[in-house]
Amino acid sequence: MAEAQGGRSLVVDAVTHRYPSGALAVENINLDIKGGEIIALLGPSGCGKTTLLRIIAGFIAQTQGRIIIGDDIVDALPPNKRAVGIVFQNYALFPHLSISENVAYGLAARGVDKTSRQREAQRLLELVQLPTMAERLPRQLSGGQQQRVALARALAIKPSILLLDEPFAALDKNLRLDMQIEVKRLQRVSGITTLIVTHDQEEALSMADRVAVLSHGKLEQFGTPSDVYDRPQTLFVNTFVGSTNRMPGVVVSADRTAAKVRLDAGTEIIARPAGGTLSEGGRVTVCIRPEHLQFVGDETGFAGVVGMSLPLGATVVHEVTTADGSGVKVSQARIGETRALESGAAVRLAPLAPSLANAFPATL
Amino acid sequence: MGAAPAARDVTSYGMGLAAPLALFFLVFFVAPLLQLFWLSLHNDTAGLHWGLGQYLHFLTDPFSLGVLGSTLLLGAEVTAVCLVLGFPIAWLYQRVGPKLQTVIILIVLLPLLTSVVVRTFAWIVILGRQGIINATLQSLGLIDTPLKLLYTQFGVVIALAQVQMPLMTLPLITALGRIDPNLDDASCSLGAGSWRTFFRIVLPLSLPGVIAGCTLTYAAAITAFITQSLIGGGQMLFMPMYLYQQASTLQNWPFAAAISIIFLLAVLAVVSVFTTLGRMSRGYGGA
Ligand SMILES: Nc1ncnc2c1ncn2[C@@H]1O[C@H](COP(=O)(O)OP(=O)(O)OP(=O)(O)O)[C@@H](O)[C@H]1O
Ligand SMILES: [Mg+2]
Repeated sequence: MAEAQGGRSLVVDAVTHRYPSGALAVENINLDIKGGEIIALLGPSGCGKTTLLRIIAGFIAQTQGRIIIGDDIVDALPPNKRAVGIVFQNYALFPHLSISENVAYGLAARGVDKTSRQREAQRLLELVQLPTMAERLPRQLSGGQQQRVALARALAIKPSILLLDEPFAALDKNLRLDMQIEVKRLQRVSGITTLIVTHDQEEALSMADRVAVLSHGKLEQFGTPSDVYDRPQTLFVNTFVGSTNRMPGVVVSADRTAAKVRLDAGTEIIARPAGGTLSEGGRVTVCIRPEHLQFVGDETGFAGVVGMSLPLGATVVHEVTTADGSGVKVSQARIGETRALESGAAVRLAPLAPSLANAFPATL
Repeated sequence: MGAAPAARDVTSYGMGLAAPLALFFLVFFVAPLLQLFWLSLHNDTAGLHWGLGQYLHFLTDPFSLGVLGSTLLLGAEVTAVCLVLGFPIAWLYQRVGPKLQTVIILIVLLPLLTSVVVRTFAWIVILGRQGIINATLQSLGLIDTPLKLLYTQFGVVIALAQVQMPLMTLPLITALGRIDPNLDDASCSLGAGSWRTFFRIVLPLSLPGVIAGCTLTYAAAITAFITQSLIGGGQMLFMPMYLYQQASTLQNWPFAAAISIIFLLAVLAVVSVFTTLGRMSRGYGGA
């Protein structure tokens, strides 16, 4: 389509921001984003996602660090000179302007004449599949439709970077999926470098080329979805992205690629030392995802007692209490007749494969 | 269907609750107004001969029309001054921290907390021949003879604008507070400068507050008897004083009644122009 122009690169260089009230919202963030990439900024509420987005857009001047778009350092530029499109969480459509006036707003500000403006607005409304809504006011549209208008409005100025702040948070599940596909389609078509803020890890993993995980204003990890999911660098990333069991243990032996850990639950397993080497005898937390645990018939693995089984559609999740009293979850695919486990049944558990467990130095 | 008695609609209240107020309104407002109207339809002071003479007199008398005109103009000037000065204050209020907000609200409300007579005399002290302004300008050597500030249209407008300022600022603060701050940012990120954002977004969306503020200020300014007469002095005559003279000094009750009715209609006309202007712009209907 006409607008594939290849987005510009975006570099967030050692950005720190402290609000006047003293809150340190983001701390030394470095991101190197290639032109045309989709990046997800993932993190729990209050971790500084919106702050970082507003710094990139130019609404907040960061305390330290630089923002570089393409070859230009943009720190001195006000938001209206940055060519950064932003879609707000609440859409922020102008309530007194019609849909087509909303979409054409940025073009009017650039001095485009009225007929070209209307033609372009109509073209964009067709792109977001709302060609018949041009004359309506925003409040006469559903949430999902408003979302599309906000997107069309941001795309109208042909931004070099597109920022989306929790764009799908207010939509119900089915609509959210539709919109995720829609945004990804539009992004592919336009090639605009896109940053999506979200606290929904599924959204981040499914939409983004790379995911930046933030916690308390710090960048925990910046990598591909499979890096973040399978090779988390910190305990936080491991527990925040996907669900996981945390099992305490002691390192028996360790090198750079593998560690043998004696779990308090009563077995030795091989785990990947994540985020640096581990010292022998040190306490660690081993993370194993529920889908990476299996029931074993023999005397290997560790023992436990089944508490409750929850059938969750395609999988069944069992809650098992281990010998040291901690609880673990085991997720089994529901293939044909899954063995029904009664509450109180004694079982033994083991990881599916050694590389699937991650060991992190225990924090005191 | 429908054999069962209709359940009582819990969202409707009995009209009985409104009765005391309605009665009060009827006795103390509607009845005197009707009496006033009845009185104005008499050609003589004794109220014996029916006729439209009083209205004809007013509408053909250049002096009376002049008083009406200057009163309506005064209202317009005061409203304009309040709007121009009040909008930035309201705008500022929405953009400062909570401490400064308290200070601004206090400053805005201060005129309401002092007696109108005290305030007016303060203005006399400020504007008089030997008043603060003239004394300062003279001591600075900027003027030789004192400026005439008191007993001028300018003086009345300034004094009234200060007195009526809260009536403009408070609705504006409310209206501006209802505007989603993200709209500013959205406009800015779409490439609009601050002036375009102001005229295309902030101003249209604050229009309900502008209309309310203008209506209140206007109505209060043209009826402000004390300030008008004390600052305006003998030379400047406005409708309230004119009315008072006719009724109290000259005992010409039917003419005074006709003046009130005409004044009332003129004010209603101006207010409905404000409202219609607001309706016509789409910002008003926007919620
Ligand atoms: N205007 C402000 N003044 C002072 N502190 C602020 C301000 N805005 C945000 N903060 C603080 O900065 C931190 C980061 O806020 P931010 O809005 O960036 O979080 P977020 O990741 O977007 O969260 P959410 O997912 O809830 O939107 C929070 O601790 C917040 O309290
Ligand atoms: Mg946020």
